[in-house]
Amino acid sequence: MRRLLKRLHWLDVVILAVLLFLFFYVWRQIEGTLQYKWRWELIPNYLFRYDEENGRWVANVLILGLITTIRISIYASVLALALGIILGVARTARNLTVRMLARTYLEFLRNIPPVVVIFIFFFFLSEQLITALNIEGWSRSIAKSEDNGIWVFFFGDMRRFPSLISGVIVLALFESAFVGEIVRAGIESIGRGQLEASRSLGLSWKDELRYIVLPQALKRVLPPLANQFITLIKDSAIISLISVQDLTLRTVELANSTRLTFEAWITTAALYFGLCFSLSLLFRYLENRGKSPH
Amino acid sequence: MPDGDPIIEIHNLDKFFGDFQALSDISLTVSSGERVVICGPSGSGKSTLIRCINRLEEHSAGELSVDGIKLNDETRNIRAVRMEVGMVFQQFNLFPHLTVLENLTVGPIRVRKLSKSQAEERARQYLERVHIPEQAEKYPAQLSGGQQQRVAIARSLCMEPRIMLFDEPTSALDPEMINEVLDVMVELASTGMTMVCVTHEMGFARKVADTMVFMEEGRIVETAPPATFFSNPSSERCRMFLDQILEH
Repeated sequence: MRRLLKRLHWLDVVILAVLLFLFFYVWRQIEGTLQYKWRWELIPNYLFRYDEENGRWVANVLILGLITTIRISIYASVLALALGIILGVARTARNLTVRMLARTYLEFLRNIPPVVVIFIFFFFLSEQLITALNIEGWSRSIAKSEDNGIWVFFFGDMRRFPSLISGVIVLALFESAFVGEIVRAGIESIGRGQLEASRSLGLSWKDELRYIVLPQALKRVLPPLANQFITLIKDSAIISLISVQDLTLRTVELANSTRLTFEAWITTAALYFGLCFSLSLLFRYLENRGKSPH
Repeated sequence: MPDGDPIIEIHNLDKFFGDFQALSDISLTVSSGERVVICGPSGSGKSTLIRCINRLEEHSAGELSVDGIKLNDETRNIRAVRMEVGMVFQQFNLFPHLTVLENLTVGPIRVRKLSKSQAEERARQYLERVHIPEQAEKYPAQLSGGQQQRVAIARSLCMEPRIMLFDEPTSALDPEMINEVLDVMVELASTGMTMVCVTHEMGFARKVADTMVFMEEGRIVETAPPATFFSNPSSERCRMFLDQILEH
């Protein structure tokens, strides 16, 4: 700590002091001008609450929302990775039509605001899909059955399953475009020599892709893919708009019903930050450790 | 001098890269078991020619058939030819994410449909032949250049091809590693393999070649057995080229 203090220039001290002053100023403004009464003591109760019936602590709205956000992010990333690989391969295909289709998909997603994209996907794709496959009736029957522990572990409240699944699909479709671009960059970074060697052995293009190109390409783009995963977690807040009960929607509800506006949002910000930042540290650690000799 | 049936037949081959003509009117027949060494100044089209033989380059005009299979747009024909033709590259082009053993087995397993154990047995046998059986579990980056090139030769041999193409296999090697690769190639030649080599190693050429081919500006200028080729080349161009590279 003392060494850290010694390394500070006097200018750093000034900057820090100004920042501190600003922070307190805003704080005072909220309290004074807005007549806001901070009630931080209520927040822990919305993270975990004591269940009187069973006599134990259980997750409350904010943590439930966080868990939903994590679930959706994981499933959506897996789906986005699968779609992204297909898209990345399509972007580098020899066939012009395939290349153009992939390009069109990508350009649409890049040039339309995410919110609009998500509404379009939601109403045109997932709603139709869910009605067509009768997912609603199916998940309700699971929700009613006694022995649904595994389902609840993976998908939470099964009555909310349809909205969870459309959230996952919508988010995955949206992120797949960006994953696809990362995968394409990876594929294009593989040198001609590798392709020539695998062709000279007589490998088919499918085998070439599967055993030679993709393993090397994906390994190379692992760091940007990990970053994209973190971006996806942040982007997942948007699906609260299609009434998926993720952390953001839970916070909206909480803030509306309790008037703990600042406390609720600051807590949620801290939860997102904690999740994303710890993942980012984890990936950085893995990346440094994974620097193998070859 | 092998007098087998013709296995590579090239008639009036042309190759253009845009406006640039890389090969003009090439005709060449290689018999089964024949060892052909192609030499010539850089940019003379040597590499392009042998890359046409396994269709890494598409020829623009003329006819080319390998083992009776005509090379054209038919994917099936191309793959059939590639199964019979092994190629060794200047830059080795080993697969860096696979171990030496996996480099050697990926082709036989995926293309020849061998079982994993059969392919591994074959791979170890060929690693033995290129004198590095102990490196099977390593990754290419852990090997020296000479070792990598020998792995690359073994990788091609594992497909049990009828023809081996060598595209300047020693040009990217440090001088002290050239001989270990050439030794393997000489041993291979003694097994009766059909070989087409692009190389500047004239000592090697003298030792193994049945036929020397000299190319310049996309044309075959001279084709002769090594005895005549080195002592009494018929063209002035060829004489000058040989003087330049044999000077030291």
